[in-house]
Amino acid sequence: MQDVRWNDPKTTQYVNKHVPRVDGPGKVAGTAKYTFDIVLPGMLYGKILRCPHALATVQAIDTSAAKAMPGVRAVIEMAREGATMRYAGQEVAAVAADSEEIALDAIRAIRVSYDVQSHAVTTLTAMKDASRVSAPEEQARGQDPGQFWSSAAAVIEEEYYCPVRGHLCLESHGIVFRWDADDRATCWVSTQAVHGVAGELSGGLGIPQENLTVICEYMGGGFGSKFGAGVEGATCARLAKAAGKPVKLMLDRYEDQVAGGNAPDAYMKCKAAMAADGKLLAIEADLYGTNGPGRGWGVPFPYIYGVPNFRVRTHSVSTNAGAARAWRAPGHPQASFLMESVVDELICKLGLDGVKVRQMNQGSQVRSAQLELGAAKIGWERRNKNPGQATGRYQRGIGCAVSTWGGGGRGGSRCDVKIGQDGSVWAGIGTQDLGTGARTVVAMIVAEDLGLPLERVKADIGKSSLGSSVGSGGSVTTASIAPTIKMAVLAARARLFETAAPLLGVTAGELECAKGRVQARGNPSKSLRFEEVCAKLPAGGISESGSWNGALQQGGVAGAQFVEVEVDTWTGNVRPIKVVAVQDCGYAINRLTAESQVIGGVIQGLGMALLEDRRMDVPTGRQLNANIESYRVIGAMEVPDVEVVLFDTHDKVAGIGEPPVIPTAAATINAIYNATGVRIRTLPATPKRWFDALGAKS
Amino acid sequence: MKNFSWVRPKTLAEASASLKQNGAALSGGVELLCLLKEHLLEPDRVVDLKSVSGMREVDGSNALKIGALATMDAIANSSSIRTNFRCVAEAAESVGSPQIRNVGTLGGNLCQRPRCWYFRDYHVKCLKKGGMACYAVAGDNEYHAILGGGPCHIVHPSDLAPALIACDADVLTTERRMKLSEFFHLPDSDVRTENVLNSGELVTGVEAPATMKGWKSAYYKAKERPSFDWALSSCAVNLKVSGTTVSDCRIVLGGVAPIPWRSKEAEDFLKGKSVTGDVALRAGEAAVATARPMSNNAFKVRLTANVVRIAILQAMGMPAE
Ligand SMILES: Cc1cc2nc3c(=O)[nH]c(=O)nc-3n(C[C@H](O)[C@H](O)[C@H](O)COP(=O)(O)OP(=O)(O)OC[C@H]3O[C@@H](n4cnc5c(N)ncnc54)[C@H](O)[C@@H]3O)c2cc1C
Repeated sequence: MQDVRWNDPKTTQYVNKHVPRVDGPGKVAGTAKYTFDIVLPGMLYGKILRCPHALATVQAIDTSAAKAMPGVRAVIEMAREGATMRYAGQEVAAVAADSEEIALDAIRAIRVSYDVQSHAVTTLTAMKDASRVSAPEEQARGQDPGQFWSSAAAVIEEEYYCPVRGHLCLESHGIVFRWDADDRATCWVSTQAVHGVAGELSGGLGIPQENLTVICEYMGGGFGSKFGAGVEGATCARLAKAAGKPVKLMLDRYEDQVAGGNAPDAYMKCKAAMAADGKLLAIEADLYGTNGPGRGWGVPFPYIYGVPNFRVRTHSVSTNAGAARAWRAPGHPQASFLMESVVDELICKLGLDGVKVRQMNQGSQVRSAQLELGAAKIGWERRNKNPGQATGRYQRGIGCAVSTWGGGGRGGSRCDVKIGQDGSVWAGIGTQDLGTGARTVVAMIVAEDLGLPLERVKADIGKSSLGSSVGSGGSVTTASIAPTIKMAVLAARARLFETAAPLLGVTAGELECAKGRVQARGNPSKSLRFEEVCAKLPAGGISESGSWNGALQQGGVAGAQFVEVEVDTWTGNVRPIKVVAVQDCGYAINRLTAESQVIGGVIQGLGMALLEDRRMDVPTGRQLNANIESYRVIGAMEVPDVEVVLFDTHDKVAGIGEPPVIPTAAATINAIYNATGVRIRTLPATPKRWFDALGAKS
Repeated sequence: MKNFSWVRPKTLAEASASLKQNGAALSGGVELLCLLKEHLLEPDRVVDLKSVSGMREVDGSNALKIGALATMDAIANSSSIRTNFRCVAEAAESVGSPQIRNVGTLGGNLCQRPRCWYFRDYHVKCLKKGGMACYAVAGDNEYHAILGGGPCHIVHPSDLAPALIACDADVLTTERRMKLSEFFHLPDSDVRTENVLNSGELVTGVEAPATMKGWKSAYYKAKERPSFDWALSSCAVNLKVSGTTVSDCRIVLGGVAPIPWRSKEAEDFLKGKSVTGDVALRAGEAAVATARPMSNNAFKVRLTANVVRIAILQAMGMPAE
């Protein structure tokens, strides 16, 4: 088993090919049950009362009226008297009732008095209050950047801002919790970590971890916001205990946005210099941003490009707004927007070729080749050579940006494969599919090495009762589970060969599985049907497991994207026309879902570029757009033609769930400049930003 | 939402009577449901107008006649309206998404409440809800009024209203007939409402004179998200063209003022001129000459000038680029 490798793509029927999701039809037909769909007999509905103020002390909570309401089965205080509420939306109390409507009425009947204090809800207002700003963390390299300002061929000094964004998962956060005994429970959670939630909740509830089964067979997106069951999960469990009945507690759109996590913002004041040949010389920058009430904000900067001389100070700002959570490639989309804007401004000032300068300033050959390829695909030579010279209403331009990510796997997974005497094949691993196609990956790898049709493999995921696996974050899922599944199926196949070898009169080492048969390698005449071998298996069939094999995966991926836009200069609407996304992903297990993952990243990146913006109201301290009406996300009609190029770099699996989202916004903003000569320095590039920038320009 | 009883009247008289007992009218319910769920409206009765027969007419073959219960989709797809009152069909088509157009009605569209994010937030007690201040003044007014604002600075969200007013439409109610332009009122007369309906009074339909048939019209709506959004700014233009000159015209803006905003300045500028790209632009500039932007919405002034310009060019069938 030492020299296990991924299958040669020339020989495979599934692996490294385009394979539709095995659970696609169920998702379309509605037979796939999400947490939101779970309805249990006798189930109650939970709702949370949230503080309406951005900063306040709870003086008194009176739940008596709620408790007295018919149909209310449990009321829990989540905040104590005297507690400080640090954002509008923080949890105060919760109820469980016979219907969602009664639960909503009941939380309104809870009387809370607050001592309201003055708040700061945005980075830009809070950073004026020194007590809210952490001591800057300084990173520096080389010489004092100040000495380059007078001599460099190009120098810029600008401010940039990228706002807080939400996750906007199609399925909101939530849980259905059922106690099966005093110390035993089952829960359905919309989560990207079933085993993680089992540990989190069982610990909090004081029950043995193996007594808690966490189920997430299908989930409507997480994007980093659903690693834990969170305070609402623990509360649901307490409500279920208090009421003696199962409880369902799903957040609504308002709650999801104010309390379900977000991607932090980034504000930067920056001075930067470039030499006449395009070499970056120096950067001096102050970065500010907020994770919400807590501290510890930061983004990787300078990003990707080598800057020989820099001084960067990071200031974490505390605000009275919901806390940040991981958001698809945490920190990177922001860093990409900031860095690529700066680099692009310098390049444009010098009138250089943006592709060549990017290649020159970074060290990866893979990325350099990706830039070359992407440029050819989009037609980089078609870019506007004189931005700002066009006069028509519609102006087109092309921009680019690059990305980096880890995406290697992690140990700690176990996959089980069972082959029955009836020829049935089952493979189970306690991973979850947050939309990336994990269930299909399980079935593909097993079917491939057993030489069976995909539909012969029952792939089981999304339960903490299955073998342990990692949380789906950091793009680690496929690189963690694929090697594990591979090792499990090889172990099971070895047992199959042990039974088949004497039947065929060859050694186990000479056997292979192909087209539903077990045969002497390359010799179908010496073969048995898979089922014939299974019938001869020892009682109980085969039950084998596998664990992670690090030799089958490798982290460290690069990407480059090109975006072509058309700007309506009369209205400020930006229409993306075409995106070329070149993404290296090592050995792609399923090319179809890998490509789909890249398209999804690009779409979300376009939302960041053009629409998404959490609006905190400075006077009231409340989020003005905690809905999906005025917090706008990209709609199907706004999605351009996205050409995905999977850039095969090596024969090991790497994860790419996150990296495709990183460079899209930056490339879009650079494309707007290329089209019009107008630089948008505050995201998103809405009509307002367009006319504001025009005003600043003239 | 608060519990209510469900009333299915057979006649308009029954409907009006129920409405007077703390009732709320429901046509498509697209908007009413938002108001109920957010506790912005807490009626004892919800009166389903769909149980009343009639009020579903959609006809533009001579005079324009649209019943209050006609859906956006029916209006958008009426070929007689598209031929003779084009801006009305275009306005209906610009509303929301297909689902909303399938269900939302003319009556509901005219009587919908503002989208102002302070008004829509239950926890903010603004002027419209009996409070003491318009929060948009000190707060975030990116989407608020640049014309006619004060003391409240909402914009009227209806897409149909500007188009219908550009066609000189009357609104018919259970009590009267009046110019649709007089149906809406500015906040300084009664800050809590947007129109002059009395308690129990219902819109039954709109009518525009057949004499408007020969005019050239268009509706243009600028949105932040092109596929599905409210108007950042919109404009209905209706031109009477004799030879090459505009002998008469009606220009009505949406999304920029607390009421559908008839721009006499743009109309006066355009009358007697033959339309060129430059004339259209200057008409647009005239439309915003008296605009008073708030702290965060100056962009709407330049945007609106262009929106008027595009609508004029589109009405003339001239390229807008
Ligand atoms: C997501 C979303 C997007 C939207 N986008 C747009 C848009 O782009 N442009 C636009 O113009 N609108 C838009 N709307 C607003 C509006 O809901 C629709 O335009 C629709 O026409 C409302 O019609 P309805 O019949 O569903 O109204 P209802 O919800 O039934 O009624 C709306 C209001 O009018 C009152 N009312 C209804 N009928 C009458 C009547 N005959 N007489 C007196 N009062 C009456 C009701 O009591 C209620 O207060 C949108 C709404 C939503 C939820």
